[in-house]
Amino acid sequence: MTTRIDTRFAELRKQGRSAFVTFLMAGDPDPATSLAIIKALPRAGADIIEIGMPFTDPMADGPAVQAAGRRALDAGMTLTGTLRMIGEFRKDDDSTPVVLMGYYNPVYIYGVEKFLDDARAAGVDGLIVVDLPPEEDSELCIPAMKAGLNFIRLATPTTDDKRLPAVLANTSGFVYYVSITGITGSAAADSTAVGAAVGRIKRHTSLPVCVGFGIRTPDAARGIAERSDGAVVGSALVDALSASLDAEGKATSGTVQAVASLAAALAEGVRSARQAAE
Amino acid sequence: MSSLPNSFRSGPDERGHFGMFGGRFVAETLMPLILDLERAYADAKSDAAFQRDMARYRKDYIGRPSPLYFAERLTDHLREISAASGGAGGAKIYLKREELNHTGSHKVNNVLGQILVARRMGKKRIIAETGAGQHGVATATLCARFGLDCVVYMGAVDVARQEPNVIRMEMLGAKVVPVQSGTRTLKDAMNEALRDWVTNVHDTFYCIGTVAGPHPYPMMVRDFQSIIGEETRRQMQEAEGRLPDSLIACIGGGSNAMGLFHPFLDESSVEIFGVEAAGHGLDKQHAASLTGGRPGVLHGNRTYLLMNGDGQIEDAHSISAGLDYPGIGPEHSWLHETGRVTYLSATDEEALGAFQLLSRLEGIIPALESAHAIARVIELAPGRTKDHLMVVNLSGRGDKDVPQVGDILKGRKK
Repeated sequence: MTTRIDTRFAELRKQGRSAFVTFLMAGDPDPATSLAIIKALPRAGADIIEIGMPFTDPMADGPAVQAAGRRALDAGMTLTGTLRMIGEFRKDDDSTPVVLMGYYNPVYIYGVEKFLDDARAAGVDGLIVVDLPPEEDSELCIPAMKAGLNFIRLATPTTDDKRLPAVLANTSGFVYYVSITGITGSAAADSTAVGAAVGRIKRHTSLPVCVGFGIRTPDAARGIAERSDGAVVGSALVDALSASLDAEGKATSGTVQAVASLAAALAEGVRSARQAAE
Repeated sequence: MSSLPNSFRSGPDERGHFGMFGGRFVAETLMPLILDLERAYADAKSDAAFQRDMARYRKDYIGRPSPLYFAERLTDHLREISAASGGAGGAKIYLKREELNHTGSHKVNNVLGQILVARRMGKKRIIAETGAGQHGVATATLCARFGLDCVVYMGAVDVARQEPNVIRMEMLGAKVVPVQSGTRTLKDAMNEALRDWVTNVHDTFYCIGTVAGPHPYPMMVRDFQSIIGEETRRQMQEAEGRLPDSLIACIGGGSNAMGLFHPFLDESSVEIFGVEAAGHGLDKQHAASLTGGRPGVLHGNRTYLLMNGDGQIEDAHSISAGLDYPGIGPEHSWLHETGRVTYLSATDEEALGAFQLLSRLEGIIPALESAHAIARVIELAPGRTKDHLMVVNLSGRGDKDVPQVGDILKGRKK
């Protein structure tokens, strides 16, 4: 079955360019501002939108994303609220793929079957669940595939050729290559190493390979976009959001624009890249 | 309730599951290392040289076997309580003296095993998380002994309330990192240790302090701690010519308890009790995951957790930093659901009372963690017959808690 993600990558291939993938936390800094931001992202040039499901204990995230999750939870964001927000977004935009990213416990407590039904109904296209490796595929990955949602897996520098087939086996939509071993928002890998890694993964799969972690500037985004099928930017956008808040951590009149402006600049970087190496 | 297995000692299965609990819920970056560790541990376990090393360091470095001590004055005191209420009972109480181990708690049993495995894997850098600091001190100690770099993550709240152990770790050459995120206690120290591990996966070994985390940790830590129960079996045979009738131990993550319980799980005559921290009370803030939580997924395993209706992890509270954790080892969750072990709880106040009682009756100042177990002994023992043999695991000594308890008691005198 063809998903919005498949359709989007097919369009991008025709245009001969890589995807610009954005990440922000649902409900950061409050549900209304968060919805306004995600509505602004496609206009700013985002090709795929990843939305974080806030969690109290984000073990693989750096300080920026941790703080974003905390702000969202403090503002009353829940998983139900996150799905409702995506439903709102879908009223105006039926083409931009939306991928939910987070940790398993809130989904597990929501109930896997109910979550998959509600996520599909809200217009979610894919899932990235950081703490569900292939060894735990029966939890969510297999049911998600059956429900027609893409389950997007992270591959990392520690995922060697022996392990890659297991990681890719039930992956669909795209592969998210985490260019460093580390938490979100930490230092960037050099683009040559990234190119080699993307090439290695592509020998094992025909899926698009997007690269994330540590991309902060339009130049860095271009460098990655030249060597992959997509550049994912999260912490830099979250930092721009955070910098726009007032002393109490509340949204200001400049918050939506602060994120949209950076997204537009990064999108420009991605669009200026030559076609990704095949 | 699941149907009862033939043996309670055969878990976990090859995927690390105890019934529905356990598993490996970690980021992809860590999976190759966890699979390596599983192989390295299986290899070590069947290697006679590894077992010889373990036995030698246990004896000459840790000071094992730890004594099984007949607590005569505590026994007499509880028999008087029984008599005062018209009974004729009062179990015979033995203390398994894990507080006499080098570094002052049972934690060193596990750390020794993990450090020997880490050495076999060629790892040079060890990270650990700690609540009360006992696991951190044990890790810092063995890293000093074997010349390994050591970084210990500790919640900023715990750094403040367990200062003596922070000083000890630093004297031993470890770097103590106060964790400022989240609730700034053990849960957040574990998150931060996982973040470090994800970042430094190529040269770093994560020495987990309890029977929790992704497979194979809950199994491996249990195996290293089972020396407590194995010695207890042998020592009770020597002292009384038979098995104990009941076992009791405090539970945070649950490693001292699992170590005592595991060798007895298939002995149906032995009653087993775990004691969680009820904090301010089970209807208020506490750390009793089994009594007040439900199954969820955190820190690499499925287990009972304290959380809200949206799956967000709730803040635990206990007077004892070592029990102040919103989860519990997955094997305990399974033993709870099968009904093999009875899980009780004790409040901060009850633990403080037991802390003072044991200090005055036996000249043994227990860790606040262990005092939770003593609190339930005080309640259970008078109702048992005089020939009932009850073993309580004295998991650690209270030196680290002396300033904290001193402040509380001083505050009450004013």
